[in-house]
Amino acid sequence: MTLMTVENVGFSYGTGQRVLKDISFTVPRGSNVGLVGESGSGKSTLLRLLLGLESPQSGRILFDGKPLEAKNARYMRDYRKCVQAVFQDPYSSLNPAHHIRRIVTEPLRSLNVPGDHLEMARDAIAAVGLSPDTLGRYPHQFSGGQRQRIAIARAIVARPELVLADEAVSALDLSTRVRVVDLFEEISERMTMIFVSHDMGVVAALCDRIVVLDRGHIVEAGETETILKDPQHPYTRSLLASIPRMPATT
Amino acid sequence: MSNLLTVNNLTLATADKVLVEVLSFSIAHGERFGLIGESGSGKSLTSLAILGLLPPAIRPMGSITLEGEEIVGAPERLLGGLRGSVVASVFQEPLTALDPLMPLGRQIAGPVRRRLQREGRDRDRATVKGEVHDLLDQVRLPDPKRLYGSYPHEVSGGQRQRVAIAMGLACQPRLLIADEPTTALDVTTQVEIIRLINTLVEELDIALLFISHDLAVVGQVAERVMVMRHGRAIETGDTQQVLTRPQDDYTRNLVTAARRFDDALEGQK
Repeated sequence: MTLMTVENVGFSYGTGQRVLKDISFTVPRGSNVGLVGESGSGKSTLLRLLLGLESPQSGRILFDGKPLEAKNARYMRDYRKCVQAVFQDPYSSLNPAHHIRRIVTEPLRSLNVPGDHLEMARDAIAAVGLSPDTLGRYPHQFSGGQRQRIAIARAIVARPELVLADEAVSALDLSTRVRVVDLFEEISERMTMIFVSHDMGVVAALCDRIVVLDRGHIVEAGETETILKDPQHPYTRSLLASIPRMPATT
Repeated sequence: MSNLLTVNNLTLATADKVLVEVLSFSIAHGERFGLIGESGSGKSLTSLAILGLLPPAIRPMGSITLEGEEIVGAPERLLGGLRGSVVASVFQEPLTALDPLMPLGRQIAGPVRRRLQREGRDRDRATVKGEVHDLLDQVRLPDPKRLYGSYPHEVSGGQRQRVAIAMGLACQPRLLIADEPTTALDVTTQVEIIRLINTLVEELDIALLFISHDLAVVGQVAERVMVMRHGRAIETGDTQQVLTRPQDDYTRNLVTAARRFDDALEGQK
């Protein structure tokens, strides 16, 4: 079953050049889809459209079979209950003046989610592998990897159907990155995920489907395994060939 | 063979914190040496100490010798001479390393003029321009005529990094320090810059200190590597050896992590 459908979407900022041209793909419910591209590929713009921060000038985006109405405040409130995001920089995405309890329960308050918010926050913090006393502390008391776990707890606390992750592990050190990727993998068993990243290795580790973007176009889309084994488009081939690999163990 | 660079018991500390602790390593003439470390490992501070560019709040102890000259405690007069003639550097972000208001040709001409002066040669416009064109050729920049008059924002990130490398080479150093030179670049550009650095180091027979958090990238450049953590050297050895049969637990974890994403690309989860 399809959770999200992007149909012939086109977008440009102001009167400028088209940033996205005729973008179409689907996100099956329960899947992990990776949107991969280098700088200027349009992947961040596409993410803004999926979050409802911008509206496409042509084509449409369907969520759960219904068109995404980015300009309809009531619709967007419901949409945000279903869709949450994790961003790249855990230093700018957490308000330094708020304690973690307030940060993690924020979506519950702003979306008027019924129930015991503190209990839900405890569950979310436990789900990302942090101890319960985390809730009483402040962002500066945590490392980058821990902060990203807190950002993930905030994204999952309202039990969304879809989590959008924008370069969510790119700012992390390698050893931390592996652990946060493990966490995403675990969480993704319970929800649908879209990973936007320039890092093909991370996307390959996490996603069962990949959409490759280059200068506003989809050059190739399909199952991860197929694309890695037998890339069809020259751009995908050069992208894969460019990734530095570890020396072979002999 | 005598060493070009010798770092001996280097300790870098602020008033209340030790940032790099009793670090020792050396780089031979023409050797490609890699420094691997995560954030906070002290790898970039080490490179700044070699350049004599430490912030005033950080006190160096121990010894750093570059072609026999002691860097620690040396007066700026001496350091200024060594920078360029013996050691030059390329940093992560070419956009901040270059002056946004000056055409690229003039930026490269600066260090070229300094070298000509050092060698007691003519610094007339034609000589300088000729040398700049040679450097643009050397770093494989297309259309040198257009680039000479272009501003940094008018060229791509990869081209900017080539210009920064050209500026580093302008003084014909014996050691090039490259601190995360490809980290801000797309992978398809990264591969070209790695190739360029390898070719230039070979062609010009200069030594390289290549600093990166990316094990696979270091693996494509360095013959010998040192892994740093929390300001200390964890493991030093032949690159192939360290990246395939690491001895230390921390290195082993890093290698396993890097291999996990490599394996994912091979279709093994």
